[in-house]
Amino acid sequence: MANHSHNTALLEETPVILPGHDFETVTETVAEIPLSKRFPLGWIGVLLIGLGLAGMLQMALGYLLLKGIGIWGNNIPVGWAFDIINFVWWIGIGHAGTLISAILLLFKQQWRMSISRFAEAMTIFAVACAAIFPVFHTGRPWLAAYWLFPYPNTMGLWPQFKSPLIWDVFAVSTYATVSIVFWYVGLIPDLATMRDRAVSKVKANIYGMLSLGWRGSARHWHRYEVASLILAGLSTPLVLSVHTVVSFDFAVSVIPGWHATIFPPYFVAGAIYSGFAMVLTLAIPVRRFYGMESLITMRHIDNMAKVMLATGLMVGYGYAMELFFAWYSGSPHERFMMWNRMFGPYGWSYWTLISINVVMVQFLWLSRVRHNTTLLFIMSIFVNIGMWLERFVIIVTSLNRDFIPASWGMYYPTRWDFMTFFGTIGLFLTLFLLFLRFVPMISIFEVKTLLPQSKVKADHAH
Amino acid sequence: MHTNEPTNRLHGVMAEFDSAQAVVDAARKTMAHGFTRVEAYSPVPVEELNDIIHKKRTILPKLVLAGGLSGMATGMALQYWASVLEYPMNIGGRPQASWITYIIPSYELTILFSALTAAIGMIVLSGLPQPYHPVFNVDRFSMASSDKFFLVVESADPKFDQQGTAEFLRSTGAKGVYDVDQ
Repeated sequence: MANHSHNTALLEETPVILPGHDFETVTETVAEIPLSKRFPLGWIGVLLIGLGLAGMLQMALGYLLLKGIGIWGNNIPVGWAFDIINFVWWIGIGHAGTLISAILLLFKQQWRMSISRFAEAMTIFAVACAAIFPVFHTGRPWLAAYWLFPYPNTMGLWPQFKSPLIWDVFAVSTYATVSIVFWYVGLIPDLATMRDRAVSKVKANIYGMLSLGWRGSARHWHRYEVASLILAGLSTPLVLSVHTVVSFDFAVSVIPGWHATIFPPYFVAGAIYSGFAMVLTLAIPVRRFYGMESLITMRHIDNMAKVMLATGLMVGYGYAMELFFAWYSGSPHERFMMWNRMFGPYGWSYWTLISINVVMVQFLWLSRVRHNTTLLFIMSIFVNIGMWLERFVIIVTSLNRDFIPASWGMYYPTRWDFMTFFGTIGLFLTLFLLFLRFVPMISIFEVKTLLPQSKVKADHAH
Repeated sequence: MHTNEPTNRLHGVMAEFDSAQAVVDAARKTMAHGFTRVEAYSPVPVEELNDIIHKKRTILPKLVLAGGLSGMATGMALQYWASVLEYPMNIGGRPQASWITYIIPSYELTILFSALTAAIGMIVLSGLPQPYHPVFNVDRFSMASSDKFFLVVESADPKFDQQGTAEFLRSTGAKGVYDVDQ
């Protein structure tokens, strides 16, 4: 490739947003989508798919409430399966949104501005999907209030605070709340923009109420900027703690394959890896469908692919360490678990996961791959499959061969397991499409801060 | 507060600018001229404006610190009370008051309380939700959330007089000057 280095040099100069934009065009490009009267056919089509799958979710959950959790395939020895796999998978996907909106804000990464809004929306919807699994695994979710939360009840019962499962409740509910608050605070100035641009009275009133009467005064903005920075500073340790606590659900137990000190960082890296894959899965079609290529540029796509590569390599390191721990522990149970994981009845899942998360991800070293959006889109879907398989491998292959061969057993998901899982994908899709249609999908005011019109020179008088 | 007839129904006089630089320059001149009741409005955060006009930083960070500390205290107290006093469970003879295991829920509550304080504090300190404000009476003000910058000298300012202030604002390079009805 003679011109390869030339291409790379060009790329580094690619601006965060393409030239030709001013305040008005940014507002126009983003605000016209929620304010238009049109419902594009493609949008309706995908929404129908999402609604169909979400309806299936309702059926699956309704039947679960009638019959009990016996309709799922998990049973001793594999007492945890799809419920926890899908929970960890969805929570992990959410992590990229917080990383983009909080950690990259603290690092002053300007490229985050065009993608933070919808990555955060993705976080909230992913956490909502995740919560369905543990809540419905309780079988009687209406009782979960006193099982899970420290709620003063007439029976005088309190949760066991030394259990990782209760830590998980605190971590995930805090994460959901803070993500929603952060997202809403980020939306307030843009909702005011929508209020001021809406032609219809009804829309102006709705956006006006939601914007709380925001008028962008100097005092407002000052408090707003302080609050955003604080929220970013709080979300950063929060997001790292969430998957750490999720990994404690496993690491605090004494099951071979779960009881490993590497779990917290390994889980956090995996979460960010799968989350960036999901952001790419969403961003690539959305920017094309809505013609947002000038605001979500190749620079964004390239950076996200690089983050995916870096976190993918960390995940690969995690796999290597799991192998090493199993061997170095000297414990026959640990060694057997690893052997069973690779060559046991679920060996196919281990090798598929390795070929995606360790082998395929290496192609992201090539800038040609990172610039091919079609290829990246396909790869991002594979990464999501790979990360789903990772949780499947960790959970099922650690449980299906118990300490005593007499209690060995296989796990097969039932149709209700699949309906619930694909149902949450439908729910996610539905929520995400509604977001795209009714909320400005790109942070209008933040993108404007990149433009010369918002720049102020230092005061010469002082 | 003495008010005469023309200023009585006025909130102030509003000047329109095209860029952050223009409104910052005008704000500097306005403050230097001795006006005290001034507010600027912009579609993007311009941190200089608060420094020039209000010269004072928000107390929000202190509130957030207090919120966070109260979250931590709530977490620790709740867990101690529930696991030691109200509902002790003996599991393998482990100590009831094992504060190390209390860290995680307390940590999460610290963040939860801080974040809620930051968001609610920002909204409440700004006087929001506030559906009505006189500046919205100016038609051009709908551009304040799009691409125009505004500077308002309020009628409550001791140096305010409708003609003179409008004249002054025009001299700072305003693209337009409007009366803001109360």
